[in-house]
Amino acid sequence: MINAHLRKALSKQTWQPAIRDWLKNTLATGLINLTALVVSGLFVWLLSDVVLHGLPKLSWGFVFDAPRNAGRAGGIAPIIVSTSWILLVAIAAAAPLGLATAVLLTEFTRPASRFGRCVEASVGVLAGVPSIVFGLFGNAFFCVYLKLGFSILSGGLTLACMVLPILIHTAVEGLRAAPDEYRQAAAALGMSRSAALLHLLIPAAAPALLAGLLLGIGRAGAETAALIFTSGYVDRMPGSWLDSGRALSVHIYDLSMNVAGGDANAYASALVLIVLLLTINSLAMALTQHWLHKKMIRL
Amino acid sequence: MKKIGLIAILILIGFITWSVRQQPNNLQATSAANESTSKLVLTGSSTVAPLAAEIGKRFEALHPEVRIDVQTGGSSRGVNDARSGLADIGMASRALKADETDLQAQTIALDGIGIILHSSNPVATLDKQQIIDIYTGKIVNWQAVGGRDAPITVVNKAEGRSTLELFLQFFGLKNTDVKPQVVIGDNQQGIKTVSGNPDAIGYVSIGSAEYEAEHGVAIKLLPLDGIAASVENVRNQSFPLSRPLNLVTKTAPTGLIKTFIDFAHSEQVDDLIAAQYFVAVPR
Amino acid sequence: MTLSPRNTLSLSRADRQLAAVLRLCALLAVVVVLLILLFLFGESWPILSHVPVWRFLSDDSWHPGQALYDMSPMLTATVLSSAGALLLAVPLGIASALFSSYYASPGLAAVYRRLIELLAGIPSVVYGFWGLTTLAPLLGQWHPPGVSLLSATLVLALMVLPTVALTAEAALLAVPQHYYRCAAALGLSRWSSLVGVVLPAARTGIIAGALLAAARAIGETMAVLMVAGNVVQMPHSLFDSVRTLTANIALEMAYAMGDHRAALFVSGLALMVLVLALVGLADAYKGQAAHD
Repeated sequence: MINAHLRKALSKQTWQPAIRDWLKNTLATGLINLTALVVSGLFVWLLSDVVLHGLPKLSWGFVFDAPRNAGRAGGIAPIIVSTSWILLVAIAAAAPLGLATAVLLTEFTRPASRFGRCVEASVGVLAGVPSIVFGLFGNAFFCVYLKLGFSILSGGLTLACMVLPILIHTAVEGLRAAPDEYRQAAAALGMSRSAALLHLLIPAAAPALLAGLLLGIGRAGAETAALIFTSGYVDRMPGSWLDSGRALSVHIYDLSMNVAGGDANAYASALVLIVLLLTINSLAMALTQHWLHKKMIRL
Repeated sequence: MKKIGLIAILILIGFITWSVRQQPNNLQATSAANESTSKLVLTGSSTVAPLAAEIGKRFEALHPEVRIDVQTGGSSRGVNDARSGLADIGMASRALKADETDLQAQTIALDGIGIILHSSNPVATLDKQQIIDIYTGKIVNWQAVGGRDAPITVVNKAEGRSTLELFLQFFGLKNTDVKPQVVIGDNQQGIKTVSGNPDAIGYVSIGSAEYEAEHGVAIKLLPLDGIAASVENVRNQSFPLSRPLNLVTKTAPTGLIKTFIDFAHSEQVDDLIAAQYFVAVPR
Repeated sequence: MTLSPRNTLSLSRADRQLAAVLRLCALLAVVVVLLILLFLFGESWPILSHVPVWRFLSDDSWHPGQALYDMSPMLTATVLSSAGALLLAVPLGIASALFSSYYASPGLAAVYRRLIELLAGIPSVVYGFWGLTTLAPLLGQWHPPGVSLLSATLVLALMVLPTVALTAEAALLAVPQHYYRCAAALGLSRWSSLVGVVLPAARTGIIAGALLAAARAIGETMAVLMVAGNVVQMPHSLFDSVRTLTANIALEMAYAMGDHRAALFVSGLALMVLVLALVGLADAYKGQAAHD
């Protein structure tokens, strides 16, 4: 394939006078550098907006206090707790399912088998479902049909459906990247596949699994639309899984859209959420890099 | 590996059985009839919700065994949930309609709806007909009402909001007649939209508008029928476009529900009402 | 790649049990998709049973209170804003990826990559908040009302840019180094080597990323709700305010009952159809790419 592309590129080359090629190259370089500059500029603009408005309000008290006066005063402690509980439910439900599905797809079915294709297609669809549709579904299924009401459990399970495709995808990638020699060696030694999985393949894919998990948490933590209709609005410290609990992103939305004078705390909450998500994302990225690096060395 | 699969299944089964077991404690049990669980569910108007949540917190502090859960969802939803028993108490930011008289409503506070403009807009008053013409698209430039030469940005509320219903009712309009340039959801979105656009006109809750205007947000409230849109004029009931904030129950409240509604109606919450920029009901 | 199926016979009893359990779990993923469709249908049924489907595209307007259910303007807005966002984000994203993998010095590239990752981690409410308080007033000064198809497109573009950039960069990294070196050794300029050799080789990955970004743009709710203006109308220019299907659900769901609520579930179904079409497109493309 490279030859074909190269040949085409070279044949174009001979057509073009050198000066035009030089001009194009210079122009492209300029444009690409400009793009990088513009993107960085936009990013700095956006982030400085949040940081400048949010930082004055931010303190340990803000993180550890309960909201008072509809969130205008006080902090966001119960909301952070609710958010983590929701994420915990989501991950507890989605992680085993995701891993199992990925193991099935990579180790136990032919990619071309009907069942495997069916599962892969479902995962593909699930990955594309808009979050608000998850919200509608979660409200109709978990809240109303299963009678869980507005609760952390409903919200968490809804998010579990949402992050499932991310977990499956990363786990499949991780397992596929595990070297085939592991499988061959295990088979040669008469290990069962279960044993090979448990002792060789899953440990080999562990960083990828963890990175996927963190990516999923990051995605779920930023979610607003799916949670408004499922985990609800109550900003009290949750007492059980069946209590309604307000997620951080829902809190930001309510403060900025529904509470007069809530902007300052909305910015501060946004800052907290960004820092939390960025920490999670960076961890995920670092793990992926680490894993890629290790793979390179092994190769 | 079998173990991991097994654990996965066990966790799932655990979750499901546990949630099914816990079910009775949840929705049905919170229905109006049962007070032994001592959990009250309030649903409805997003305007009332922050106030109800604050009242709920104070109530919980006085009655530690009680939990008050407040969910938002619009006045009609609140009325509907109260009727169906899905919620113990519905919240409505309007009076009950003619076909809702089977329910009981207790007014806990008053609120007004005021027309807002950007503070740089030279227009100081608009009469009723001018507002109707602006909202129906007959007047599209501020020049026609004595302002600068600029197209008017009409800000309307989304379908289902009781603020919209009251506004339409007051001006005798149908929502199909209104020609908006921007449609908003909650109050603050309206205030942010108007403060960010020098040629916008919108209508929002007077309390929040007054608060934001006092805190340097670039909006101003227009008088209506010659009466200034202020919390003061809502309090003395001279402002024409005002509304009650109601707690709605299916039947005459008893037990815990009555205790809570009585509490929400007492002087003990006056400071909370003021803190949300509403007006306490004259008692 | 995996132990191939010819070894299937060698599955031990424990393995077979495990396979059964795994099958059950995987089945659950399929079941979730079916459940979503089932519930969307179930909840839309009250209205689909007595309002013919074509009315959702041909009614005079969207006024569910008066039993008028025209969704075509919202469908148009969803498609236009997402397409516009991709039109902006894909070239910028690819340029970003080229910058960090071929143009910038290693140090600068690392910093820039970090920045894109940070951008990917910002939640959508924050984008919406920024769009409403900062971007929309700016656009409004230029052409009122400010909140419009344009602002929605710009915010969406900014939101999906990191997705495009990160996937494009991963695709570029997967192109063997010697492709570029070969091209350079043969005297091609940097730009010609990239356009002629490297980008075509990374095409599959870049397109997959763009499709992922498209799904995110179509599905985005809160940010669009804050900046699109939300008037249900066919946009005649970039400066008209529009309402997308997702914003419609978020805006009215909490207030809707009866047929109105069911009509919103129909919006959800319409979104699902869009996404299914997109997934189908991706599969068709993958199939074609495999033939190449």
